[in-house]
Amino acid sequence: MAQPLLEVKDLKVHFPTDDGLVKAVDGVSYSLQAGETLGIVGESGSGKSVSSLTVMGLINPKQARISGEVFFQGQDLLKVPKDEMRTIRGAKISMIFQDPMTSLHPFYKVGYQIAESILEHQDISKQEAFDQAVEMLARVNIPHPKDRASQYPHEFSGGMRQRAMIAMALSLNPDVLIADEPTTALDVTVQAQILDLIDRLKSEFNAAVIIITHDLGVVAEHCDDIMVMYAGKAAEFGDTDDIYYKPLHPYTWGLLSSIPRLDEDKQERLNPIRGLPPSLIQVPPGCAFHPRCPYKFDPCDRDVPELLPVDGHHAAACHLSLADKERIRDQEVLARR
Amino acid sequence: MGRYLIRRALFMVLVIMIVSFLTFLIFVKLPAGDPARRAVGRTTTPEQIENARVAFGLDKPLYVQYWRFLKGFIPYPGLWLTEDVYYSYGNFVPVKEELARRIPITGILAIGAAVIWLSLGIPIGILSGVRRRSVADRAAMIFAIIGVSMPIFWLAQLLLYAFWFKLELLPSSGIPIGYNGWGGALRAAAEGRFILPWVSLALVSAAFYARMVRGNLIETMNEDYIRTARAKGLSERRVIYKHGLRGALTPVVTMLGLDVGLLLGGAFITETVFGLPGIGQLAVQSIPTNDFPMVMGVTILGAFIIAVANLVVDVAYAFVDPRVRYT
Repeated sequence: MAQPLLEVKDLKVHFPTDDGLVKAVDGVSYSLQAGETLGIVGESGSGKSVSSLTVMGLINPKQARISGEVFFQGQDLLKVPKDEMRTIRGAKISMIFQDPMTSLHPFYKVGYQIAESILEHQDISKQEAFDQAVEMLARVNIPHPKDRASQYPHEFSGGMRQRAMIAMALSLNPDVLIADEPTTALDVTVQAQILDLIDRLKSEFNAAVIIITHDLGVVAEHCDDIMVMYAGKAAEFGDTDDIYYKPLHPYTWGLLSSIPRLDEDKQERLNPIRGLPPSLIQVPPGCAFHPRCPYKFDPCDRDVPELLPVDGHHAAACHLSLADKERIRDQEVLARR
Repeated sequence: MGRYLIRRALFMVLVIMIVSFLTFLIFVKLPAGDPARRAVGRTTTPEQIENARVAFGLDKPLYVQYWRFLKGFIPYPGLWLTEDVYYSYGNFVPVKEELARRIPITGILAIGAAVIWLSLGIPIGILSGVRRRSVADRAAMIFAIIGVSMPIFWLAQLLLYAFWFKLELLPSSGIPIGYNGWGGALRAAAEGRFILPWVSLALVSAAFYARMVRGNLIETMNEDYIRTARAKGLSERRVIYKHGLRGALTPVVTMLGLDVGLLLGGAFITETVFGLPGIGQLAVQSIPTNDFPMVMGVTILGAFIIAVANLVVDVAYAFVDPRVRYT
């Protein structure tokens, strides 16, 4: 396998607060090849956003203890000086955010906001930057891009604002695009358009993409690899087929079982995971998922399970034996689907 | 925009009518003595008092009296603050002339003070907001608390004592005779006669504005669009001054318009302490002597200025914030 484009090794992001140490990200590793899409899935507070904001260098080091390594094009981004990081951020690694309603500046025209990003990284005239911004708006399928560029964000619909955000993020042809819940705030019909757009642009721009979401349905069609996160750690990692058809972690099983199905009898009740995600200040001892796990046994509340490879690069962090996992999966989880 | 302005103008007329009616009502009910008796002096005959009453129009029914005053607000030659109605009961001058004499003083006082408090308050607020919890921030916020806690009349006396009486650096209170109109007011300003009034008026507002700008800036810097600006790779300087301040300073426009409007209606404490013959001082002098035409003139001038300031603020907002549109 080629040298990965982005490699995160044992990343930890801890926030000291008055109430205690918040372990938002607690030892996460993954790697991303050029042209690949990685999905990071987890509930609110599982650390999925913080881990990617750290890659972007957007976590204030004064407020957090960050350790681990983030290798990108041969250098560790966590050690890159602030000024140099600015030349990477937005140009080589860029990001789009969850809520396009609030992510664009309400007082500046959309074209200007895109052009500003281009001007920051390229030595061209304002007019050229604006023309590029218009071109980018056209590439994300915004009709009348020239007129739209001189409008303000409030004149755009939610889906169009997210397109404008994507245009801004891709305007410098980045190597990595991080999409943090890009469709959560949008209508369902628009969600599919945005994801298809990201897919198309990924191949056009030859970028690698990280999609962060809490919706397994989103990542299924669009990701090559999926990392399931729980309480700041990776619970399971594998390619999309592994996660959907051969899941090996009780948390993944829970997520998959809780997706509502249209072809089922309406009498059938939803099947949610019991309990609530743990506080990141007092993470349960042993496996963080054990208080909610229906299959917990002896070592679960004592030993922290390691993320161990099963086959290829499919890995799960669970104490159950592989035989048990496969048995439970086939008899209880997949049988219900 | 045109229709909006017309609607607002009509609304302003309504406001002024209500204010004038209430002012008139208070005058009628106020137990401050008979203006006619006061006007003619101590040793007079009942006939003389009666003549004065007829001359002032006080013998007419109340609705006629109110109508006489209301007519004076119609901006038409012969009606506009007409001298037979708007004529001071106290010092026997036309209200028009008295107001015209005093507007430059109050105007220069208010505008100069606003310039000082903006040039102090905004930079201090920005510095505090950007370097939150730093020594500079703490010092600025201590200044802010002291500033908003100091009563103007006390601060004014203190400044007079220090800079005029002890240090003899600045002229004392008052405007010399012969300094008339805008030219006279500007000459007084050039001679430094407004420095202490400006400072005592501005310090409180500077402190208030510093706190407001700091709070707005801190709030704005937590907005999602600031994170977007950082994600673009912009320098922190640009993130703060281009993206943060734009959002943080917008509410200042509103505050400034209203505050200056309020002051133009008369900064009566400052004017009284420093003996400045402005609008506020005129109001303070006219009320105890029941000089109704003067009180009416001052009140309506104040109401008018504040209503205009409100309108200016609302219209200015449409230019500052593209989301605001008037129809």
